Amino acid sequence: MKGNSRIGAENGVGKMESAPSRHADNTAADDPATEGQTPFSRPLFPPQSAVRNRIDRLGELFISAVAFVVIAIIFLIFIYVAREAAPLAWRTIDGISIWSPLQTPYTWQPVGGVPKFNILPLIVGTLKVTLIAMLLATPLALAAALYTAEFAPPSLREWIKPAVEVLAGIPSVVIGFFVLIVLASWLQDAFGFQFRLNALSAGIGLAFAVIPLIYTVSEDALTSVPKLYREASLALGASKPQTAVRVVLPAASPGIFAALVLGFGRAIGETMIVLLASGNASMLSLSPFVPVRTLSATIASELGEVVFGGGHYRVLFLIGVVLFLITSLLNWIGARYNRRLRQRLSGAA
Amino acid sequence: MDDQIKISVKSANFFYGSQQALHEVNISIRRCFVTALIGPSGCGKSTFLRALNRMNDLIPGTRLEGRVELDGQDVYSSSMDVIQLRRRVGMIFQRSNPFPMSIYENVAYGPRVNGLMKNRAELDVTVEKTLRSAALWDEVKDRLARSAMSLSGGQQQRLCIARALAVEPEVLLMDEPASALDPISTAKVEELIYELKRTYTIVIVTHNMQQAARVSDETGFFLNGRLVEFAETKKLFTAPAKRETEDYITGRFG
Repeated sequence: MKGNSRIGAENGVGKMESAPSRHADNTAADDPATEGQTPFSRPLFPPQSAVRNRIDRLGELFISAVAFVVIAIIFLIFIYVAREAAPLAWRTIDGISIWSPLQTPYTWQPVGGVPKFNILPLIVGTLKVTLIAMLLATPLALAAALYTAEFAPPSLREWIKPAVEVLAGIPSVVIGFFVLIVLASWLQDAFGFQFRLNALSAGIGLAFAVIPLIYTVSEDALTSVPKLYREASLALGASKPQTAVRVVLPAASPGIFAALVLGFGRAIGETMIVLLASGNASMLSLSPFVPVRTLSATIASELGEVVFGGGHYRVLFLIGVVLFLITSLLNWIGARYNRRLRQRLSGAA
Repeated sequence: MDDQIKISVKSANFFYGSQQALHEVNISIRRCFVTALIGPSGCGKSTFLRALNRMNDLIPGTRLEGRVELDGQDVYSSSMDVIQLRRRVGMIFQRSNPFPMSIYENVAYGPRVNGLMKNRAELDVTVEKTLRSAALWDEVKDRLARSAMSLSGGQQQRLCIARALAVEPEVLLMDEPASALDPISTAKVEELIYELKRTYTIVIVTHNMQQAARVSDETGFFLNGRLVEFAETKKLFTAPAKRETEDYITGRFG
């Protein structure tokens, strides 16, 4: 971009001088020693008009502006969320301080005679559901990605990839609703759970949401492994499955790690599915068969009913800050490992 | 069957879909010889090389007519175990392609997937032996655990040769093994080819006619998918029988 505009500027100057020489709009005019001496002093690229040049610069400016606005929006959202939570840092509101989420008893019960705001049950609930979702989604998504990248015939691959990507487009409320109405009952009938809606049902719903993400990112990682590696492995007498598991998978491992981290981030932040399918009761327990309430679902279900600017309101925003930081951190780690994958495959690592 | 002949190809025709890449190729590759294949780009020499260990099978829509025999055994018969074939006929590629693993693991990969080694000690011996045969041992013996990507281009290519040797093949197919290397690395690889010829049958595709003249015993000249001439290297380069060969080696085209 810069180079072009510089040449353009010189051309402009050349024209203004309206030199009679056929080298008037030549960049080599910079160098008087070579001017007019050889036929090679003709410009390599045709001169750009000043109008064309201005359009280029406007386009560049516009794209930069849009990019900046997007970054600014994300930043401002965080500022806003943090600002709403901030007053807790220096004063107690409605008997709630910044330490309340850490005080005993380990109960989240914001409405009651003595409101309790310990967030441990929410954190445990969130991790429990996320873990269940990841345990279910990871093997399925990775197996599917490995199959499409390494074994599926091309015709089938062209069919599977878009199909899984459509799964990513299902609104989470639909998945949540399906689990709430249909799947939870099936599970209870099959296993005789005491609670129809529990961490397991929410985790399964969440897995539906996470599978396409893990699948897509890890499939991309696998297909970006150069064909050269596969050929080298097969030429050594390795079978296709051996090549897939011992060469392609390790070569793509940073990208697959990134896929898992991004999936984890998505699962932690996901709200609608857990709101509908988890039972939404904050119980501190490690059992996967009791109802749970997650951080995100707590914000969603309580923020509409709290006093604006009150202590409870501020605590919910504090939870928002925590969630924001966790997901940002995970996304950052994911992006980092994806970069590492590219470096590794291009031979720089 | 002639005992001297390792690979014998009889009226081979090769097709990429409907496009024919090889026409009626007949060639006998002798045991413990270096056979060079020369010719301009797109003449079919790489296709021919990859037909010998059935690497072309990986490209959908390709087929071979005619016969390719390894020690008299039909390579394309249904009873041929492709995995076994590729273990016996190793391959070195144009671009060095070590796996993104340690140097040790690169060499150990072949023996591991083929289940050749019983224990770590045996594997250690093989790794050292093959790295020595590839003239790389002295340069890497102190950093076997380092990533193969940390090696220079020439070292990477010799590592690939060591990797191929580790499964104890009988034939080595080399697809322009030195085309991406500097002159010093090229000289090392050529020296290595000269050493390896004692034990292995080598078929080398090259763009570089001087290289073919230096390393090979017999040379085949490909043009437009046909094997124009196949003769002793000395004879082919000094007194070619065919007009096209002469035009090519004297630099009139290609």
